[in-house]
Amino acid sequence: MYFLVASGLSLIYGLMGVLNFAHGVFLTLGAYAAWEVAGRLPHSPAGFPVTALVAALAGAAVAALTELLLIRPLYGRPLAQILITIGLDLALVGLLLGMFGSNSRAIAVPSWVSGVTAIGSVRIPDGDFVALGTGLAVLGVLSWFLRRTRYGIIIRAGAENRDMVRALGIDVGRAFTLVFTVGGAAAGLAGLLNSVVFSGSLVDPGQGDQLLIFAFIVVVIGGLGSIAGSAAAAVLVGLVQVYVGFYAGSGAGLAQLGNMSVVLLLAVVLLVRPRGLLGRTT
Amino acid sequence: MTAAAAVEVSGLDVYLAGSHVLQGVDLHVPAGSVTALLGRNGVGKTTTLRSLLGLVSSKGQIRVLGRDVAGWPVHRIVRLGVGYVPEDRDVFAGLTVRENLRLAQIGLGGSDTGYDRVYGLFPELKQRLGQLAGSLSGGQQQMLAIGRVLLAQRSLLLVDEPTKGLAPRFVTEVVDVLERIAAVSTILLVEQNVHVVRRLAREIIVLDHGQVVHAGHAAELGDEDLARRLLGVST
Repeated sequence: MYFLVASGLSLIYGLMGVLNFAHGVFLTLGAYAAWEVAGRLPHSPAGFPVTALVAALAGAAVAALTELLLIRPLYGRPLAQILITIGLDLALVGLLLGMFGSNSRAIAVPSWVSGVTAIGSVRIPDGDFVALGTGLAVLGVLSWFLRRTRYGIIIRAGAENRDMVRALGIDVGRAFTLVFTVGGAAAGLAGLLNSVVFSGSLVDPGQGDQLLIFAFIVVVIGGLGSIAGSAAAAVLVGLVQVYVGFYAGSGAGLAQLGNMSVVLLLAVVLLVRPRGLLGRTT
Repeated sequence: MTAAAAVEVSGLDVYLAGSHVLQGVDLHVPAGSVTALLGRNGVGKTTTLRSLLGLVSSKGQIRVLGRDVAGWPVHRIVRLGVGYVPEDRDVFAGLTVRENLRLAQIGLGGSDTGYDRVYGLFPELKQRLGQLAGSLSGGQQQMLAIGRVLLAQRSLLLVDEPTKGLAPRFVTEVVDVLERIAAVSTILLVEQNVHVVRRLAREIIVLDHGQVVHAGHAAELGDEDLARRLLGVST
């Protein structure tokens, strides 16, 4: 889950140097789009993939519009980019609150996603398999895209030296829009899966911003701009958070130890390896 | 009578980080020859090349290959038929040699013939297609930096210090290649090595403190006093 959110953030920062604080709301909008569609679809097994596609498309569309209308005029002005993405996030969350209220909405999911599978004595929610499979599929598709396609090569080269890509006659503006779009699609998908797998099939306006904080930590630990680094860091952060949370228990003052451990992990990584696990040296 | 110009610049001003780097530069680079842009370190030679490509914002008139390109995006200027070989090569270290060449092909166009031309000039590149560009030696990186702009025919090459930091074997190889390219393209060359300049260039333009202080024939560099006065070097 963290990887789905962090991959987009990492790509966007890696190529464009943009710290996108609106990424969380791409995720939330994807979840709401999925909720709208899921309520209108018959309860068929095929309904969920369609819902997931809609979530990804909604995230992609909002992200593309954000790049074209808001970010594009602000390249080279990082402070303005940060402010406008924070402003966009606040505005869109406010819009969702106005439209749907602050109460969570339940999203309809088929039994093959909401059920439980027993493996020996261990019972694992089917949604976990869906999230894991989706994360691996997105990692595979992104890796293929970055290694094998012309835009993938442009994006990897642009992350190293944007000016030189331009000097080879390439319009990096298109690549920038594409990166935002791909990142938004992953975020939209993450919005749906986060609701279904980790939030009891509930959608609420603040869910994206909660995940965004940890996604930023994953991006920094993995190394800014590194998709493989984000994948490795997502697993690491998830394991540390869950194990510490489990062993700390739920007593007074202990419930947040899992989250605190992630911040400590970030501090250790920054002290020992400031460029992150797989980040480039600058 | 003035020869047809590949580059015609007048009143070029560039400010970088509050510093007035180029101060009303006028340039005339005749088509079909090599013109060397000379001067001490920090006088604005690299900035001049970068402003011709639109990589730094500037004020003034810039005509490249007959088009008024002031304010154009970089990729559009390059697609007129301009190739840029930057100082420090700037190959993409995390991409293989093959990917570096493919990237250039995406931007500049190019065909199998273009690849054959590049491999003909630099056979070593063909043997290292799968190698990461960052693991190449300085000389090999320079071959790649020059080779990638030659995938498609370029009418104008902007070449920034191509022999800087290279072993003598590579200097000879790079200069030989540039000499062959000069037969078919105009080259605006920034170079500190006066011997290389005298071998390749027909015209020279000397910058000092962001202004053109001399323009003439490369043969003038044979005048020891002039070379010392303008460049602070002996020939």
